[in-house]
Amino acid sequence: MSALLRATGVGKRFGGLSALGEVSFSIPQGAIYGLIGPNGAGKTTFFNLLTGIYTPDEGGFEFDGAPLPGAPHAVCARGIARTFQNIRLFASMTALENVMVGRHVRTRAGLFSAIFRPGSERAEERAIRARALELLDFVGIAHRAQEVSRHLSYGDQRRLEVARALATEPRLLALDEPAAGMNSTETAALGVLLQKIRAKGVTILLIEHDVKLVMGLCDRVAVLEYGRLIAEGPPEQVQHDPRVIEAYLGAEAGA
Amino acid sequence: MKLRPLLFGLALVAVLALPFLTDLALGRSWVRLLDFALLYAMLALGLNIVVGYAGLLDLGYVAFYAVGAYLYAMLASPHIGMHLPLWVLLPGGALLAAAFGALLGAPTLGLRGDYLAIVTMGFGEIIRIFLRNLNVTNGPAGIDLIDPIQLGNFSFSATHRLFGLVIPGIYNYYFLFLGLTVLIVLMSRRLEGSRIGRAWAAIREDEIAARAMGLNTKNLKLLAFAMGATFGGISGVLFAGFQGFVSPESFTMNESVMILCMVVLGGMGHLNGVLLGAILLAILPEAFRPLAQLQQQTFGEVYLDPASLRMLLFAVALIAVMILRPEGLWPSPVRKRELHASEEDNASTPDADPAPGGAA
Repeated sequence: MSALLRATGVGKRFGGLSALGEVSFSIPQGAIYGLIGPNGAGKTTFFNLLTGIYTPDEGGFEFDGAPLPGAPHAVCARGIARTFQNIRLFASMTALENVMVGRHVRTRAGLFSAIFRPGSERAEERAIRARALELLDFVGIAHRAQEVSRHLSYGDQRRLEVARALATEPRLLALDEPAAGMNSTETAALGVLLQKIRAKGVTILLIEHDVKLVMGLCDRVAVLEYGRLIAEGPPEQVQHDPRVIEAYLGAEAGA
Repeated sequence: MKLRPLLFGLALVAVLALPFLTDLALGRSWVRLLDFALLYAMLALGLNIVVGYAGLLDLGYVAFYAVGAYLYAMLASPHIGMHLPLWVLLPGGALLAAAFGALLGAPTLGLRGDYLAIVTMGFGEIIRIFLRNLNVTNGPAGIDLIDPIQLGNFSFSATHRLFGLVIPGIYNYYFLFLGLTVLIVLMSRRLEGSRIGRAWAAIREDEIAARAMGLNTKNLKLLAFAMGATFGGISGVLFAGFQGFVSPESFTMNESVMILCMVVLGGMGHLNGVLLGAILLAILPEAFRPLAQLQQQTFGEVYLDPASLRMLLFAVALIAVMILRPEGLWPSPVRKRELHASEEDNASTPDADPAPGGAA
């Protein structure tokens, strides 16, 4: 499998604090790739660098053979979509509208077609709506399409974020702790959904605390601690890495 | 559902008959007030694009009104001797205001909330101070003898007769402004439900998420500033032709605040609400005028200067509305639900982190 995303020596400092340094790894095309590590290890910082919200101080990313652009919207246009650790939906818009916004980057209608509504604009709007409904159905919340998104249950909000991200037609879907706050049934259902997404040809990068989910789902795993990459490889190998055990359980347990 | 067309027909008749009835009941100065109310409605609808749809707090919006007004004043008056017609100056004013909108919007793109409000306020003042100090705009004296609005041979300021009805100039302006207001409402409504309108709403709701979803927020914000300014420019052109005189004093920050109040009081982002807010706030200060006489009759003496009393009551009314109905007098259903929701399920809704991914 060829690499879809290659991170090379990525580093970021906040003032004097080095949040992330010398992080390099490759995500193979079609993989479910896990990024784990204790709280504050720099996982979300990595996401923000990847999606253009922060600019790396060192290193950079290569996506599908070419360097990634700097601006978030351009990153999204290149085919990387994300969800957020602390759910960031468009809260007072309906579930359907949220997903329709996701179609923005793949559609064209501008100001003038909005005002004059030529046939092309109406056709595009119909297509946007149809695709959004399809995606809501895909993640299993089609029946809540007209619900204001802040009124959805926590699990449904997470699913809606996934649907909205999928609407941008990503080749890499980056999920920031999608199972946070879910019970075990919901987490299992999420695992099924991620497999379904991968089956559609979308590569997945997953930040997760739920080690069971990561180990059961991911093809490869990278482990961060204090902003440094301490292990990388297939889950069963990483699981037995002494540095990983130490990072998760503390120095004494590892000694 | 036969009720809808019937109601629509009734409303149409009422709106068309309004200047005649107002004139009969209250006198001609009230028809003039209606004309101004419609000008304000256009301004409020324009500001609603920026504040209501895209969520960008603009405190210098009156600058675009000034741009439109001065364009007409300078190019359709003896001031420099040019008398261009409305069909040139109305689109011209719209375009020029749009350009100013983008120009003033560009440096503010990285700003949000309070900071954006302060910078836009500064821009509004800069425009006014330029108008006051430039020779080409005739400084503080302003420009007078501006041509009345004329389309072909039809002069809006002249009295016309139609089917035996006498229609004075002030009525003509009412119908012109009404037509354009309706046009602006239709444009706003279409924008609101379009791909661009959804993108604006997304930026208003959560800018970080909007960017991550592939929205070019810079361009979309500029578009909102330009589009909102367009309506301001149109309103300005009409104001200059209607009033026949412009001076920098018509474009103070008070005006910007007043327009913002119309939007917020009526119901941000909701067209009916914004219209209601504009018309109410344009008319209320006049409606309070008789109170000065009442004061004299009651107390035999004028304790409070009538103008101050008027504004005092006006302010009290504003405060009362904002306390009792924070969502505005006529909010959009979504916003109303949202406000109720935030009271009920604040605890169960995860709060968005204001800093971009502050947690690692």
